[in-house]
Amino acid sequence: MTDVEISHVGKFFGTVRALSGVDLSMRSGEFLAVLGPSGCGKTTLLRCVAGFEQIDEGRIALGGRLVALPGVHVPPHRRHVAVVPQEGALFPHLDVAGNVAYGLRRGRRDRAARVEQCLELVGLGGYGRRMPHELSGGQRQRVAVARALAPRPPLVLLDEPFSALDAALRSELRRDVRRALREDGATAILVTHDQAEALSMADRVAVMNGGRIRQVGTPAEVYRHPADAWVAGFVGEAVIVPLDGEGPGGRHASPLGPLTLRDDDRPWDGPMAAVIRPEQVLMTHRRTPQAGRGVPAVVRRVDYHGHDTLVAFELADGTEAMSRMVDGPLVDYRPGDRVFVLVDGAVAAVPVGETVTRPVPSPR
Amino acid sequence: MVALVPLFYILLRTGQNGVGEWWELVTTARTARLAGTSFALAVVVTAGCLLLGVGSAYLVTRTDVPFRRAFAVLAALPLAVPSYVAAYTWVSVADLWSSTARFEGFWPAVAVLVLYTYPYVYLPVAAAFAGADAAQEEVARSLGRGTWRTLATVTLPQVRPAIAGGGLLAILYILSDFGAVSILRVDTFTRAIFTAFSAGFDRATALSLSTVLVLLTVLVLLLEGRTRRRGARYESGGASHGTNVVGLGRGRWWAAGGLAGVAVLALGVPALSMVRWMTAGTSRADSWGQVLGAAAGSLTVSLAGALLTMVLALPIGILAARHPGRLSALTERAAYVAHSLPGVVVGLSLVFLGVTVLLPLYQTTWLLAFAYATLFLPLGVAAVSGAAAQAPPAHEEVGTSLGRSPAQVFRTVTLPLTLPGIGAGAALVFLTCMKELPATLMLRPTGLDTLATELWQATSYQRYAEAAPYAFLLVLLAAVPTWALVRRSGVVGGAPPAKQARTLKEELLTHD
Repeated sequence: MTDVEISHVGKFFGTVRALSGVDLSMRSGEFLAVLGPSGCGKTTLLRCVAGFEQIDEGRIALGGRLVALPGVHVPPHRRHVAVVPQEGALFPHLDVAGNVAYGLRRGRRDRAARVEQCLELVGLGGYGRRMPHELSGGQRQRVAVARALAPRPPLVLLDEPFSALDAALRSELRRDVRRALREDGATAILVTHDQAEALSMADRVAVMNGGRIRQVGTPAEVYRHPADAWVAGFVGEAVIVPLDGEGPGGRHASPLGPLTLRDDDRPWDGPMAAVIRPEQVLMTHRRTPQAGRGVPAVVRRVDYHGHDTLVAFELADGTEAMSRMVDGPLVDYRPGDRVFVLVDGAVAAVPVGETVTRPVPSPR
Repeated sequence: MVALVPLFYILLRTGQNGVGEWWELVTTARTARLAGTSFALAVVVTAGCLLLGVGSAYLVTRTDVPFRRAFAVLAALPLAVPSYVAAYTWVSVADLWSSTARFEGFWPAVAVLVLYTYPYVYLPVAAAFAGADAAQEEVARSLGRGTWRTLATVTLPQVRPAIAGGGLLAILYILSDFGAVSILRVDTFTRAIFTAFSAGFDRATALSLSTVLVLLTVLVLLLEGRTRRRGARYESGGASHGTNVVGLGRGRWWAAGGLAGVAVLALGVPALSMVRWMTAGTSRADSWGQVLGAAAGSLTVSLAGALLTMVLALPIGILAARHPGRLSALTERAAYVAHSLPGVVVGLSLVFLGVTVLLPLYQTTWLLAFAYATLFLPLGVAAVSGAAAQAPPAHEEVGTSLGRSPAQVFRTVTLPLTLPGIGAGAALVFLTCMKELPATLMLRPTGLDTLATELWQATSYQRYAEAAPYAFLLVLLAAVPTWALVRRSGVVGGAPPAKQARTLKEELLTHD
């Protein structure tokens, strides 16, 4: 069953186009992440779905019910869409139980039970009597999630709910929130600019830029088969190498040596480029039998992350690229080292389109 | 815009009479003398305020002077004594040391005004000293600068905007003061305007003098606005990490003596005077009945004033908090400009407005309430916008997304969050109305007495014992808003509440 149907939605702020032709559909119980850089329109999309903004084009239907058309606007409180805002926005004058119970009908007999159940779900059983100011930032976000889940809304919207928290807390909270949403069977949309968050939490990821959806797919699809060079560069690190061959399949020459293209059915339409992920680049100190076809390079920079290492290197023709390797006794590179590199496995070919220039490589 | 009615009215009337005539009235020997006195008073008093204010601020925030926490509070308390009450207590105690000379004239006025105006400099400067980032001073020290070089090159530049702002506030206050100069019989603009009005209803003179005073006030406000903008540069974003304390050695006891001396003069003299005249008990037969009557009068007009002020403040405050932009900033600024107009000028313009345009309102409580609203609108606006900031739109959005209708959300979320702030603001406006003097004198309905007017009348007939209970009550009333202000300034210890909706300087500007 289709639970959320967003078709051709457009939105203007004055003369500025914030959304154009946005199409998305979701199954019941699905968890979708909308991923994009700040200012890409993802929060506007979420506010249009929640009913805080009116749309100028297209339509939005929730659970088969049309809630927004240009000129038709079902107000937020009739949409049954619960929101978890960025800073939680707990009601400071109500205790935790009061906050969670806010969306429940008064006089419901299982009210107290549902409140406690939702608090258990987010790992805060027994915290009902606390006041919001007595909670830590992470606990506040948990309560905000419980408050949104309590009335069993058909759709939950999460607007960068983890961005204000520190890194260690964030990953733990992500896991717990995903579990809570799953256990409750909620359909949810998460808006985020953090690709790790989107890839690790969601069933599907919609990548957005400039008010448009660039690609929708499972996390693996978006990472392994990016729709274009911009998506490839935004979702994870990538070295984009222009291709001059005629068509898909087969081997192509590149500064990093011959490349095997992944066999997808994408027709070649205009200039194409290969997307090489740093973990596909093998690096050795000597020309070994396995790496017999290796290309010589010079190490320029080494970013050691503990579990893995990202090594930036330069080829003879000046091309810069990166290699990521899992930590081990053989990983011992220093700037200036002469090495050999080799692309291992098939790589994706994408239309060049516009590319993002991002400072290489950003630590995770 | 309502707040600016008096200003427009004054300018309009002056314009009607013709600039030529206005110029003739203004360029007289008398006006020159008034201007000279007002100017000299403003300069001398401000200099004194800067000396006392900056000095005590430095001592209580940055040195190891004994009892610094106690002195930090004591130094701010003179704010709780309205200037006319202070003048009364000094006049009525002067015979203790000299039976012949009356305590009046220029220098006594300077002494009284300095003692009760210097907190306008002290509070912002102390807050700036306390808030200046210690890390910056430590950096300067680590780069080889000594204690005094660091003070001169790092700390003082940070505090300078606060000093300039405080000084200008003091000037504004002195220009608009009516009570103290009247009781101490110094001929300044405010006193001359009031005399021209009350002793002959001399409109032309009163109006033209008001115009000059308004021009002076606007000039000072423009200067004040400039320091405010410049000051913004120095506000550091992060929390400060405590402050460095300078050891004064043996000198700390001298410093403590100085601070104690100021406190004795500013607080001890009024206390002594009030106790003395309360116990003197001359002519006290029916005085309690009279006091009750005056209290009832104060209560009536102040309630009306607070009500009207809050009704006007609600839309402006909500606009300022929810839609920050040029329009709301302009509206807020307009309210502050109106507030800085001397009470005498506001009173006068509303009297004229009452007898010409709003005749049905003349001699009613509501015209007086309107004057209060003009004067104290910024207090209300600040309270409302501060309260509205307590309930950001995100809360309402979450509420509606959980299926409650906007009306329900307003009742269950917005109202509980904002009501305390608005209520506190209304109480503050109410208390401030209670101690207003000049506009009340000019606009009160015939036969209605308030605490402030009774004190003023009793003092002008030198019936000091009769005035004592009013003075006592007024100081009690004024102590409440002063305490709120002192606590928020952060000099009492404990961090000031995070992200106040307005700056300390604005709060001082609205403190009368």
